[in-house]
Amino acid sequence: MTTNEPTVLLPGIDEAEAKKRAGAFARLLRMPLGLLSIIILVAFVILGLLEPVLSNHDPLFASLQHINAPAGTSGWLLGGDQYGRDIWARVLTSINVSLISALIGAGVGLVFGSIFGLIAGYAGGRADAVLSWIFNLLMTFPSLILVMVLAPVIGTTYQGMMAIFGLFLAPGIFRLVRNLVQGVRNELYVDAARVAGLSTWRILSRHVLYVVRGPVVISTVFLASSAIGVQAGLAFLGFGSTQTPSFGSMTGDAFANIYTEPMQFVWPSLFLALLNIGLIFFGNAYRDALAGPQAVVAKKRRRHETSQETVTRYEPDGSVGGGLLKLRNLRVSYPQPDGSEKNVVEGLSLDIHPGEIVGLVGESGSGKTQTAFSILGLLPKEARVGADEMRLAGDSLIGVSQTQMRKLRGGVISYIPQEPMSNLDPSFTVGSQLMEGLTKGMSKAEAKRTILELLERVGIPDPARTFDSYPHQISGGMAQRVLIAGAVASRPKLLIADEPTTALDVTVQAEILDLLRELQGELGMGVLLVTHNFGVVADLCDRVVVMRNGHLVEEGGVREIFHHPSQEYTQELINSILDEETVRMDPPVVVGSQAGGAL
Amino acid sequence: MTLLEVNDLRLSYPARGFRKKSPEVLKGVSIDIAPGETLGLVGESGSGKTTLGRAVLGLAAPTGGSIRFAGQDITNTPTKERRGLARDIQVVFQDPYTSLNPALQIADILAEPLIAQGVEGKEARKRVLALLDRVGLPANSADRYPREFSGGQRQRVAIARALALKPKLIVCDEPVSALDLTTQAKVMDLFLELQRETGVAYLFITHDLAVVRHISHRVAVMYRGEIVETGTAAQVTNHPRDPYTQALLLAAPTADPDRQKERREARWKMMREAAASSATAG
Repeated sequence: MTTNEPTVLLPGIDEAEAKKRAGAFARLLRMPLGLLSIIILVAFVILGLLEPVLSNHDPLFASLQHINAPAGTSGWLLGGDQYGRDIWARVLTSINVSLISALIGAGVGLVFGSIFGLIAGYAGGRADAVLSWIFNLLMTFPSLILVMVLAPVIGTTYQGMMAIFGLFLAPGIFRLVRNLVQGVRNELYVDAARVAGLSTWRILSRHVLYVVRGPVVISTVFLASSAIGVQAGLAFLGFGSTQTPSFGSMTGDAFANIYTEPMQFVWPSLFLALLNIGLIFFGNAYRDALAGPQAVVAKKRRRHETSQETVTRYEPDGSVGGGLLKLRNLRVSYPQPDGSEKNVVEGLSLDIHPGEIVGLVGESGSGKTQTAFSILGLLPKEARVGADEMRLAGDSLIGVSQTQMRKLRGGVISYIPQEPMSNLDPSFTVGSQLMEGLTKGMSKAEAKRTILELLERVGIPDPARTFDSYPHQISGGMAQRVLIAGAVASRPKLLIADEPTTALDVTVQAEILDLLRELQGELGMGVLLVTHNFGVVADLCDRVVVMRNGHLVEEGGVREIFHHPSQEYTQELINSILDEETVRMDPPVVVGSQAGGAL
Repeated sequence: MTLLEVNDLRLSYPARGFRKKSPEVLKGVSIDIAPGETLGLVGESGSGKTTLGRAVLGLAAPTGGSIRFAGQDITNTPTKERRGLARDIQVVFQDPYTSLNPALQIADILAEPLIAQGVEGKEARKRVLALLDRVGLPANSADRYPREFSGGQRQRVAIARALALKPKLIVCDEPVSALDLTTQAKVMDLFLELQRETGVAYLFITHDLAVVRHISHRVAVMYRGEIVETGTAAQVTNHPRDPYTQALLLAAPTADPDRQKERREARWKMMREAAASSATAG
């Protein structure tokens, strides 16, 4: 219930939703970096494909008249090299060599890595252990040196070398795919597909491959770039056939000639660099595109915020009532990607008197948690909070700095969360986390004694042992007791509990509710209990506030709300509660052999 | 005639670490379900109720005992033969957010079980639209993604997927626990309606006694891997015999301040008596 998931009404799809539907590729085209990289890559592919048309000479043809010919010589677009060969023709051939190297290297890596990654991740167990061992071993080999050593065995063609090099690229893909698949395998929708009778192959291709696709494309692009680099490097060092021009051999030749004709070195380097830049940009842009519309929204939000900073209004009215919490016309809104605002709380007014337990009830998206968090000052940064008045024990909470708010939270207001486990740091003992808030005013020994007393007070059977335990060593119910102990340690005036028992079993819930009732009686604190459970409300609350879609629907004494709700919505809610008298009595229906015949 | 018969089922997960004893999650569980019947399976977290459901679905491998479906032993059916059972046993999971693949359109999600059984193309589409209509979703839902739906609507999609193959048994694992109160009531009505119409049986797993009372013909209460009590819904939820069931019933708060006060006091009395009897025994 902490999520404020917007309820989507079915009729009519709004624009934003339609935009979100556009695939990652369409989004890629809309990004400047994505478009640029695609243009570069497409240009390279076209140049490579049109090589026979675009070049006037065979890349190996040498003309004595054109030794070191300058660029622009008629028919020799980029001039001739030291042997009188056409640099333009050689560049075009090199583009093809590079692209083929990329395809072979990255392709072999992709095929081996993803097939075995899928198997290891999906099958798990022994298959995973064996495959992981093999690929880890492969990872330890110095691939470049091995390719050089193996060069005489596998022949000197660059294709063969790239195929071997591709094998050494496979572990990267393997690990990526395996880890992703392991994550997806435990998703409920994969279980549902298994129950639906889909074959393993179908599950892999429909559900698993989809999740794996994006990250694999990105890393394959980077592998392609590294394959091109390695091929060029090997050729530069002189490995491979001298008959095949490539960026490596071209730079190698030009390097020998660098003092006389430096420009000959520039051409192959320039094209090689452009090709790699294209690939890297593409990988980065695709990653951003996959991150989806959310990434764009976040950016827009921030910009929006800086434009209008202070919306909060403070209208002092002088009168300080006898109430503990006085809240008038609370408004909480979030800026939307399209520039509009989504109001999650609109004009809520609320009073809590000392020693009173107020239940704040509503369904998900009603704004009840947003209300509680705005009192605590814990809403996310992009939230805009405004109120005519927000006073706690007479002091205004509006415009209070973060440090002051932190002080208030430690002393006057306390908070009990919904998920006890996720609110304890797993790497520190329970005791040390409780000590943190206390050690300021007292000595360590004193603080420890206070906490042990508190732990005993909240019904923890062996306080000393729990004090030294890590959060994972205690149960959810115990963790909630620990958090309650922490919350009441400072004897707060107002305790805000956000669905404090929702994550707990009913028997534990009953105990926690007992504990809250006792502590409230002892300390005389006011309690704001946010919940969707009317049983909990009936058990604990004096007064009830019903919320819906950010508005206050109705408020009143607990008996009044349960027995004589005045608003239609409250009546609907109360009627939805499953009453305890009705027990299903109708006998099972046997439709006979044609079970499910209605469909 | 029984549809599902689980006999003395045992299941333990392999222990982590060397020579550690593997903890038994199911310690000899026996239940049975007749055609068209709902068996409510109640228990707290860690009681093994979800594991029992997964064992019936073939998603967890039992270490002992047997599961029989329509007279046929399905305890440890190999994956391939298991696929044939998809037509008869289906599932609705608790979390409608993770049980639907976010990348697929509703039509593809619903067509999945149909395609697996060889129904394709126009016929599949026709059946998908009929299914959507059956669970109360508009036909234009077919070309949308799960994220465009609320929790209750997603759960309707999940129910439609389970119904696609006209199964004889649906394992429902906490299907209404994640839903809002008003939505919960509507989804439960849908479950009841579908059962009356199609005669499908439910193994309805939940921790919520109020839910179980409304939907079950019979109720089984599970505690620490064992069934502690089985009986008709009226008997188990109104006159429980087992002390754990009694404690469970008294712990569930009722939505009436005065009656809840009575119940709370009854629970305290029971706790005091239990403490006193254990003191005299010790």
